[in-house]
Amino acid sequence: MTNSATGPLLDVRDLTVTFTRRGGPDTRAVDGVSFQVSPGQTLGLVGESGSGKSVTSLAVMGLLPRRSVSVEGHVYFDGDDLLTLPRDRMRDIRGRDMAMVFQDPMTSLNPVVPIGVQVTEVFERHQDMTGEAARKAAAELLDRVGIPDPGRRLKEYPHQLSGGMRQRALIAMALACRPRVLIADEPTTALDVTIQAQILELLKDLVQDTGAALIMITHDLGVVAGLCDTVHVMYAGRVVESAGRRELFAEPRHPYTGGLLASVPRLDAPRGAPLQPIPGSPTDVLSWPDGCAFAPRCPNRIDACTGAPPPLEAIGGRTLRCVNPLPTAEEVPA
Amino acid sequence: MLKFVVRRLLLLGPILLGLSVLLFFWVRALPGGPAVALLGERATPESLARVEQLYGLNQPWYVQYSKFLTRAVQLDFGNSTQTNRPVTEEMARTFPATFELAVAALLLAVAVGIPLGYLAARHYGRWLDNLSVTGSLLGVAIPVFFLAYILKYVFAVRLGWFPTQGRQDPRMDADHPTGLYVLDGILTGNLEASWDAVMHLVLPAFALASIPLAIIVRITRASVLDVVHEDYVRTAEAKGLWERTITRRHVLRNALLPVVTVVGLQAGLLFSGAILTETVFAFDGVGRFVAEAISNRDYAVLQGFILVIAALYVLINLAVDVSYGLIDPRVRVK
Amino acid sequence: MSLSQVEAATESDQLEPGGANLRRAAWRRLRRDPVALVGFALIAMFVLVAILAPLIAPYGPRDQPGAGLITPTTIPGPSAEHWFGLDEQGRDELSRIIYGARQSLLVGVVAMLLGMAGGLVLGMLAGAFGRWVDTVVMRIVDVMLSIPGLLMAIAIAAVLGQSLTSVMIAIAVINVPIFARLLRGQMLSQRESDYVLAARSLGVRHRSIVLSHVLPNSMSPVIVQATLTLATAIIEAAALSFLGLGGADPSVPEWGRMLASTQLYLASAPHLALFPGLAIVIAALGFTLVGERLREALDPKYRR
Repeated sequence: MTNSATGPLLDVRDLTVTFTRRGGPDTRAVDGVSFQVSPGQTLGLVGESGSGKSVTSLAVMGLLPRRSVSVEGHVYFDGDDLLTLPRDRMRDIRGRDMAMVFQDPMTSLNPVVPIGVQVTEVFERHQDMTGEAARKAAAELLDRVGIPDPGRRLKEYPHQLSGGMRQRALIAMALACRPRVLIADEPTTALDVTIQAQILELLKDLVQDTGAALIMITHDLGVVAGLCDTVHVMYAGRVVESAGRRELFAEPRHPYTGGLLASVPRLDAPRGAPLQPIPGSPTDVLSWPDGCAFAPRCPNRIDACTGAPPPLEAIGGRTLRCVNPLPTAEEVPA
Repeated sequence: MLKFVVRRLLLLGPILLGLSVLLFFWVRALPGGPAVALLGERATPESLARVEQLYGLNQPWYVQYSKFLTRAVQLDFGNSTQTNRPVTEEMARTFPATFELAVAALLLAVAVGIPLGYLAARHYGRWLDNLSVTGSLLGVAIPVFFLAYILKYVFAVRLGWFPTQGRQDPRMDADHPTGLYVLDGILTGNLEASWDAVMHLVLPAFALASIPLAIIVRITRASVLDVVHEDYVRTAEAKGLWERTITRRHVLRNALLPVVTVVGLQAGLLFSGAILTETVFAFDGVGRFVAEAISNRDYAVLQGFILVIAALYVLINLAVDVSYGLIDPRVRVK
Repeated sequence: MSLSQVEAATESDQLEPGGANLRRAAWRRLRRDPVALVGFALIAMFVLVAILAPLIAPYGPRDQPGAGLITPTTIPGPSAEHWFGLDEQGRDELSRIIYGARQSLLVGVVAMLLGMAGGLVLGMLAGAFGRWVDTVVMRIVDVMLSIPGLLMAIAIAAVLGQSLTSVMIAIAVINVPIFARLLRGQMLSQRESDYVLAARSLGVRHRSIVLSHVLPNSMSPVIVQATLTLATAIIEAAALSFLGLGGADPSVPEWGRMLASTQLYLASAPHLALFPGLAIVIAALGFTLVGERLREALDPKYRR
């Protein structure tokens, strides 16, 4: 609670995650990622699959396996560096101060344990609440996330709930102790489009009610547009561009961000304008030390893109990792 | 659930009917035919003729079969040529012994196998894992009767820790109201007899447990390895639950589902092992009696025992399926 | 292996799970697996000993070089002259073990092949035709599986009379339902798989799909099962022989019978139980190790 008014609540600095494999080369999944998030703020972490955004969130939560993974850098939360915290202290923080909602609600819920137990176990663990009190709190919680007839649902098993209901239940578990940081990893990807909107609306309301900081991990710029205050775009394990939502959507500077925006259908686009997918595939990367990882797919590529890694630079209120960025509105020749 | 049980019970009918047909023709296929089977090979022609008359063996096969079936339903399988007593009486004498031995072996296999399999999975790739994997491979490759010999030689003949054979010291003065010697001792207040019976059980139970133990270790290990990578275990970690809770509620409760099926199958297969184990330890149960029936060509005994053992086997599997339905909510609702 | 190669490999696996590609990859993994190599070595030793028995055995299986040394209380154990000692009739134990390998290998291989053939025919009938054929076949299989294996083998051997052939047939029969159920399950799951649906949607004929896609892709688990069945068949044959249901001529060495006949001398001559027992373990372990490792090499689930 010390610096919540003054500084950021969660301060991630130079986070680097390396997967080591026996008899194989090491893989750097996250490479020097930094970001800050303050209470009540929503931060979007955007990128294609394999960009390292999910690994970033797991590293912040301390959920990566200890074997064959090395995590470096700092994750400051409430004055503590979570990466150096003893395992049991980290367990106290997880679920109470920091919580996470996962992508696939079907597989993220234990199939053989009733929903009620999976909710109340959070109360039992963190708030010394047991029996009837925990059950009542769980019912209220389900009600709050919009699950009708919570008393009955508590006794049911995950397979008896619809996809949307399951995701609501999962969100309820994450919110049980009113965490100050909530990480949502693609929370709507596995859901129907109509349900997606409802779940996003729910997350938005809950964050507003509790004043929690929300980290939204997604590949979907539509989700970002409706929810996030600031956006960090990741590519091949590094942040390539970060900016406020308005700036980023109005004026993407990194060609990758530009490509992502161009591949999303927009209502304000001229009729009949074709969507433009980014050419190539996310596996088609250069390794960062040899230059910009996006270079093989980049329409703006120049010779300077390869040879040395582009630095991350602050340019007019945003940070950018590109030697030949897209032009700003003023720069565009008329 | 009830419907499921009833349907499985109805399936039992055709299987038992098929078995009875098989066994009926089996006796007729034996060298010498059914009269010899009933009287033994040293029977005189006169007595053979008398039996053929008595049992209507000169009638058409379908008349004979219906008679055989009628008697089998009334649990009348004729007399043992070894002991000249009704087969049913021999069953009542020998089944408790084998039941006691099988329960001991199964308890041993479960009590050692599940923790060992779990620990092996948690220490995946390390020495404990390698040891239990190697052990479980050896366990299925060692013939039960050879293992029985080794145990008998080392622990009974050489070290003298356990008796070499039988179910109870012949000098022991004990009553046997149930035929389960350990239980009998407790019931009659003769704890010394109980302890003696336990000591007689140890080595045969270990020998008999070897194969189920090996298989339970292997299945538990594989199943835990599957489950610890499931999303819902990660969810439980994200809630900050204690390791203990995660293991019990989220890992084991799921990982043990396939183990239950295997334990059931092994329970049925113990009859095969009992034939060999009981022979080595002169343990007076079903297995030894059947083995003696083989050498004495006591076909009435074989016919009756095979039918009853098979029926038990099918019933055990039914019980396993039902209990599986009780512990897995996904099966229960279907 | 680069990332793209890994992906290419997994993609082709997905196209035809259990297909020839996967089998080749599994074979490569197996050749580098130390446990499997130990298994192969044990099998090689077992097979060589069986084939070369007359050349490497110091005595004939019926020779009694130590007849004069045997008394009711003493049976000489291992010595420089007789590495594995003598048996209760003064015969050289090592030579009997070596000759016993022949019976063991013969029974194991023939029983496995017969059982597999029978099971494959039943399983294929059930899997390919479905409907009532499937029902009838699977009911027969259910009945067969309801009798514990060894008990059924005993019953069959009893009908057929005492001979090595009846042992083979008895063990073959108890393996028939196992193979039948396995192949049927495989074919059913293959039939529902995407690539078969794709072939069907392209208008490929039923019989042609079954023969050219479903059957070959169902074979991997059958190969694994066959290897493991060799191990169990050797143990089951020894068990039958142990119970007195082996070959008709007791002077022909069989490991199971050799173990049984030592029951009286366990305290005075433990070597008579040890060596035949170890011989069975080595033979069975070789096939078990290879079979289990092959199963893991073929099943992507085990690769992490």
